[in-house]
Amino acid sequence: MSEHHKTMTFTLIVWRQKNANDPGKFETITAKNITEHHSFLEMLDCVNEDLINSGKEPIVFDHDCREGICGMCSQVINGMAHGGQERTTVCQLHMRKFKDGDTIYIEPWRARAFPIVKDLIVDRSALDKIIQAGGYNSCHTGGVPDANSTLIPKAVLDEAMDAAECIGCGACVAGCPNGAAMLFTSAKVSQLAILPQGRAEAPARVKNMTQAMKDCGFGNCTNHYECQASCPKGINVKFIARMNREFLKAQFSC
Amino acid sequence: MILDGKCPTGPIEKSWDKHRFDLKLVNPANKRKYNIIMVGTGLAGGAAAASLGELGYNVQAFCYQDSPRRAHSIAAQGGINAAKNYPSDGDSILRLMYDTIKGGDFRAREADVWRLSQVSNNIIDQCVAQGVPFNRDYAGYLDTRSFGGAQVSRTFYSRGQTGQQLLLGAYSALSRQIKAGTVKMYTRREMLDLVVVDGAAKGITVRNLVTGEIECYAADAVCIASGGYVNVFYLSTNAKGCSVTANWSAAKKGAFFANPCYTQIHPTCIPQAGEYQSKLTLMSESLRNDGRIWVPKKQEDCGKRPDQVPDADRDYYLERKYPSYGNLAPRDIASRSAKEQCDDGRGVGPGGRGVYLDYADSIKRLGENTIKERYGNLFEMYERITDDNAYKTPMRIYPAPHYAMGGMWVDYNLMSNIPGLFVLGEANFSVHGANRLGASALMQGLSDGYFVIPYTIGGYLVTVKPGEVKVDHPEFKKSYEEVTGRTNKLLNINGKRTVTDFHRELGKVMWNNVGMARTKESLTEAIKEIPKIREEFWQNVKVTGSGAELNQQLENAGRVADFLEFGELLARDALHREESCGGHFRVEHQMPDGEAKRNDADFSYVGAWEFKGNDKEPELHKEPLKFETIHLAIRSYK
Repeated sequence: MSEHHKTMTFTLIVWRQKNANDPGKFETITAKNITEHHSFLEMLDCVNEDLINSGKEPIVFDHDCREGICGMCSQVINGMAHGGQERTTVCQLHMRKFKDGDTIYIEPWRARAFPIVKDLIVDRSALDKIIQAGGYNSCHTGGVPDANSTLIPKAVLDEAMDAAECIGCGACVAGCPNGAAMLFTSAKVSQLAILPQGRAEAPARVKNMTQAMKDCGFGNCTNHYECQASCPKGINVKFIARMNREFLKAQFSC
Repeated sequence: MILDGKCPTGPIEKSWDKHRFDLKLVNPANKRKYNIIMVGTGLAGGAAAASLGELGYNVQAFCYQDSPRRAHSIAAQGGINAAKNYPSDGDSILRLMYDTIKGGDFRAREADVWRLSQVSNNIIDQCVAQGVPFNRDYAGYLDTRSFGGAQVSRTFYSRGQTGQQLLLGAYSALSRQIKAGTVKMYTRREMLDLVVVDGAAKGITVRNLVTGEIECYAADAVCIASGGYVNVFYLSTNAKGCSVTANWSAAKKGAFFANPCYTQIHPTCIPQAGEYQSKLTLMSESLRNDGRIWVPKKQEDCGKRPDQVPDADRDYYLERKYPSYGNLAPRDIASRSAKEQCDDGRGVGPGGRGVYLDYADSIKRLGENTIKERYGNLFEMYERITDDNAYKTPMRIYPAPHYAMGGMWVDYNLMSNIPGLFVLGEANFSVHGANRLGASALMQGLSDGYFVIPYTIGGYLVTVKPGEVKVDHPEFKKSYEEVTGRTNKLLNINGKRTVTDFHRELGKVMWNNVGMARTKESLTEAIKEIPKIREEFWQNVKVTGSGAELNQQLENAGRVADFLEFGELLARDALHREESCGGHFRVEHQMPDGEAKRNDADFSYVGAWEFKGNDKEPELHKEPLKFETIHLAIRSYK
């Protein structure tokens, strides 16, 4: 069907870096025959097919589900994490949001805690380390009470779910001028602190997770709120405030 | 060979409890001496790794993504079934079992399905304890909704992101064990070979996707939980990295592949927009709770805007054909019906491959806010992809490959025919028969992971001496060399066509000939075409870069190479199964009204294939199916 659509051409200025030790540089590549229905990643797929056919190395980038939920895709487009469309991951960004002839800058997440692996791929294992430090309720498999034994009013549940929607992509870190992981960490701290099942471990959890955040080399929060603006799931900065309260409370409780 | 599923005997209600009691236990002090490999960390693998680690075993877990939190289980939207009967609407363990057996068109094992239904309630309790935010009502009780193939409301959900929340629950449990040191997590690794020593599974060979190194790992048992294979169709709702590779590597070492022809085509996906398309996006089946599916009655109305087609000229075909289930008819039936309307020239949208899913009536009845509350994120996603506002104009949907009911053959203990090789979740064949009902995949993944394998693996481990085989065993060296050789071969072909080009070609052959409607001719055609594509692939594929670095083309080439072998097996299975059942529809075998016509006399068995190489025909082994609790009947949703 693509022949029925007007096609567009773009000039891509893409970050190319062979591996963690290579200094890396921008490379200019043309994207041709792109329609408004191409997703941003499908546009890159087409560019890669052209590169391979002309004997060049394709651009590597992380992606998997391509429906905005796995959190694998991670690109800074024209200076904005995920390209700047509200509540949208790169894989859900479509080329109809660009104009024919546009020049588009594409870079990896840039943060001290996310070393570049290759081209647009970074190492985000630091986010896993934060969760490992306490992002869980320590319940055993089996031996738990009936699901309805503790009632949780809808409003409380909804607030926990607002925090739980985080996809762990790291855009908040990439968007933050300090490279802080406050929004990410606070989303998990808040989800579990809001729910009654998570209260027992709340003080230890917030201490351990914020410590892990520091140990991994993430920066501090200076209230720029770029994290919320970058977040493809619209996680609210109020959870950072909540984490700060939980942190303060924890100083007195254990 | 006649296969034995080793199902417990006696009354079905007692079967799992009795079996658990009969299983031998591993002494707590001995558990840490055993090493277990877990390939894949989605719902099944993540839950299993966490639970086994907690029990005290040493677990080594592997995933191809950069974090176990990204497995494709995360994309499941709608919900998870359980027989809690909280709404008191007539549900029970037996009814969930009945619905699952019937939904699977009587091609699943009764004992496995009973167990699944029994532990479904434990799953909900477990997830709530982990902090999974299932939707609740204002009084604080858990909310449920209805899904296809059921007349009760038993589906628990977290907005439109149930899979995400359940996976993050399993991931949190897994993270806790990683911190505790019982699970060692290996990310960005892809399993490329199974190592079998003296007939038993003793390890795996993987490629480190960052450095390119080929690495070997030894263990006392290997579990594969690597998901499904419908990317064999190229375009599917699966993530781009989903493949048959882990399973296929086991099949090449002698593990039987069961019922590969049972593939699920999901009815509510966004239609394809162009050739360049890389995947299809599913819209949750929960949408069918409030949306009405229709096409114009007259072909000449298909080009009109939907609001220009008056109600009297619309064909709400599911409501017409299946009055008691209506828009909630099971997936296979809903998908085939959509195809029939489009084949009849009454499809809508580009190429006439689409039907409407209309919310106008529900919005009138419930208000836009209620619909937004229930499906807001799905409407948003639809708009981002299509640029259409579904509150104002009906969605356009079309079926797309979504789930694999087939998978590795396993016995009741989830062990394959290779001792020590266990297969969990979508990667095995066990509970869904020929068609899976909505909200049952999450249930199976977590059932296998939290509540089945932690018991059944012990029954095997007590029979082996821990740590007997180490990576210095010659079989590992052989495996290392084989994998390295194949990698180098792919890199050295240096042909003219890209990997994706071959994958797309295979996908077209599969979709056109082995898709929603299959005939003897189409299947014979596929069996003729696939080897040709495979042959050209190994002569003419172009894989850029080297093996000693991060190389996505190389990763993908390996996966496509496996699909090119597996696709043929799928077609052969479909050709041999001279009946229609669930997701497998043979045009030759249908009722006068177009419904699937089973052949219980000849095909009431699990077809488990032994792969013998590309130049030989695979050998079929059968496991007869017995129906003692739920009686064989013609499936009807009218």
